Amino acid sequence: MLGADELVINMGPQHPSTHGVLRVKLKLDGERVIGSECIIGYLHRGVEKIAENRTYQQFAPYVDRMDYVAAVSSGLGYCEAVEKLLVTEAPPRARVIRTILTELQRIASHLLWLGTHALDIGALTPLFYCFREREEILKIFEKYCGARLTTHAFRIGGLQYEAYDTFEKEVERFCKDFESRIVEYETLLTQNRIWIGRTKGVGILTAADAIAFGVTGPVLRASGVKWDIRKAAPYAAYDQYKFEIPVGTTGDTYDRYLVRMEEMRQSRLICLQAIENIPTGPIMAKVGKVLKPPPGEVYHAIEAPKGEIGYYIVSDGTVMPYRVHIRPPSFINLQAFDRMVRGHLVADVVAIIGTIDIVLGEVDR
Amino acid sequence: MMQALFQATIEFLKLYWAPLLCGVAIVAILPLIVGYIVLVERKLMADMQARLGPMRVGPHGLLQPIADAVKLLIKEDIIPDNADKLVFWLAPVLSVGAALLSIAGLAIGPAFQIAQDINIGILFVVGVSALGIFGIVLGGWASNSHYSLMGALRSSAQLVSYETAAGMALVSALLFTGTLNIKSIVQAQSNEGIWFVMLAPVAFFTYLVASIAETNRAPFDLPEAESELVAGYMTEFSGFRWSLYFLAEYANMIVVASVATTLFLGGWLRPFASVHGRPHLLNFLDFVPTFLMAAVGAYCIARAPKQPTRVQQLFMLAVAGLCNVVGLALLAPVVVSIAKPFYAGVHGGFWFIFKVSLYIYFFMWLRFTIPRYRFDQLMRLGWHFLIPLSIINVLFVGIALIAGSYFHLQGWGLLLVTTPAAVITLCAALLILAAEKGRDKRQEPNAASDFYAG
Repeated sequence: MLGADELVINMGPQHPSTHGVLRVKLKLDGERVIGSECIIGYLHRGVEKIAENRTYQQFAPYVDRMDYVAAVSSGLGYCEAVEKLLVTEAPPRARVIRTILTELQRIASHLLWLGTHALDIGALTPLFYCFREREEILKIFEKYCGARLTTHAFRIGGLQYEAYDTFEKEVERFCKDFESRIVEYETLLTQNRIWIGRTKGVGILTAADAIAFGVTGPVLRASGVKWDIRKAAPYAAYDQYKFEIPVGTTGDTYDRYLVRMEEMRQSRLICLQAIENIPTGPIMAKVGKVLKPPPGEVYHAIEAPKGEIGYYIVSDGTVMPYRVHIRPPSFINLQAFDRMVRGHLVADVVAIIGTIDIVLGEVDR
Repeated sequence: MMQALFQATIEFLKLYWAPLLCGVAIVAILPLIVGYIVLVERKLMADMQARLGPMRVGPHGLLQPIADAVKLLIKEDIIPDNADKLVFWLAPVLSVGAALLSIAGLAIGPAFQIAQDINIGILFVVGVSALGIFGIVLGGWASNSHYSLMGALRSSAQLVSYETAAGMALVSALLFTGTLNIKSIVQAQSNEGIWFVMLAPVAFFTYLVASIAETNRAPFDLPEAESELVAGYMTEFSGFRWSLYFLAEYANMIVVASVATTLFLGGWLRPFASVHGRPHLLNFLDFVPTFLMAAVGAYCIARAPKQPTRVQQLFMLAVAGLCNVVGLALLAPVVVSIAKPFYAGVHGGFWFIFKVSLYIYFFMWLRFTIPRYRFDQLMRLGWHFLIPLSIINVLFVGIALIAGSYFHLQGWGLLLVTTPAAVITLCAALLILAAEKGRDKRQEPNAASDFYAG
């Protein structure tokens, strides 16, 4: 049993730090990883096939169940894709409120990532601080649409619900408090020698590799590629606001950590700018009760917290889409896992799984 | 024949009834104490993490340890099919046995020591507690699981590396006493009027770090790193067997904290013990134990009306009463003349437990604050930093002692020679760190090219 052969161990699908039901087969030489294979599909529900048997509106709640920690972002992508197919646009007020909620969702998603990532590396406490703030955001969602996780916040053509009375005030209060809260997380981690030791130089992904793998989102930006769809092809109301796109230099785990921390700050700034001036007017475009988009196809992508989430929809002119294909960022980012993990130790594997920030609901669909 | 055996037993009991009683008390009470240490840990963790912790079983979760123990005892006992049954059965017992046995050597106050006056006291404690590692290694091996095996390997490597540094740290404190006997060590600190933590601060620091690593506590809890190895060597253990490992871990914590207290923090001595019995302002410290107990009692009384049920209110008041009784018991030897002979025993016990608690509190505090080391970083810290540092420290403490005896320095006067020694050792530490950094820089290109290998 103790021969010097390679050791193959199964990490997951039930393991404390594979973030759901990811199963990783690790080929080890001692504790050094010499090969890995991700086995996915434990959470496959056939979301894309379901879309072919639902009307356009009926399918909208399904996309919330893909990336269930960033349901608002997935929903925004789908609604905008169908609007593009219908050749219509949501009214300005709806677009601003969408922007606010989506940015709050980005913060919530990054908070969940930060907490679990730190937990994987052994820092127990940040998780609870992150959940404290995430709770505030979820409360805002709950007040807005009645749901906390799978929100189905948006409708095709705009919004179903008007923002509640104290919406702006609550978002503002959250943003004001949140500034000092980020500092709190950073005092625990950013300059911590052990944290730096565990993350610097771990799971390096070069810019060329990142592009070759089709990686998007913070993982791509940490490798030094300044690509963010909010800037490159603005949707919702992003063209109205000033914000920076943080980029890393080396593309290691520490860079990805810094990039996401900065993104939370930028999201906070976007929210503050947006609530200052929410235009008045209707919240729903005139799209009619029964949606029958003209025959054709459309691809629309938005910048979800985890990367580019894209919807490719083919319409045959009926009430149900002919085909829907979803480009989930988690799934595509996960492909870089093997490249990042080779040559590292078992302890780094969990750090790298955490840093890619995957949600298995989205990987498996 | 029976008669002779009976006689022999009586003779034996006549001689050893007190240590035997203490031994039985330790084995009976220690699990309970450990349970409450765990409760304190959970409460502390909750406090630092902006939540409440256990609140359901008893007021403020005070009965949680008992509920946990009952749960663990009645759980199904699972032995994996391919496990080595005998070793699997033996391993946790070995671990917990070693931990409990080493407690026998400790002196909790001048009156309470099971193995009285062993002349190799510290050596016995350190040696026996290190045997517990066999339980971990064998348990990991016998489970026949990859995760367990890796946890066990990590654990043994870790213990071997850090035992050296800890041993060297102990040596530099022992240089001041010239004896391994635990009571004599504390007596020496009493005679000098200064605790060895002042004379050998670097050694204390080294022992602190090494003892965290030895007991597998965060940030060195790699053998059971739950996010990597699920539960390390304990992965396949459940129920009672698992709780034995758990007991061993916390008992080991008590042991290392006690060793540190004995050697560095003046054992059972009160702060400024040398002025005791003389009229002196600092003798107010004799009332501190009572005051602490009264404060806890008062808090319990204040919280009692806020408890949701009648039973919980009464329980809270009972806890308050208990605290006050203990407080009075601590007060009696100070003020009542008949109780004066008990002063050393009672207050010695209090201060010893107090210092051990502070040491364990520091362990917990670290656990909630910082992330976990990686295995290679842990090894590097041990071999490249702590071991050289502790060896240099022994060297310079020795030189300081020779200088001290040359100048006939004693007590606080020894600081004149030991402080420069500590400063020189710290400079050496900085040099080691700088050298480490240089090595890292040189290795970096290699590491990068090695990155895509395989």
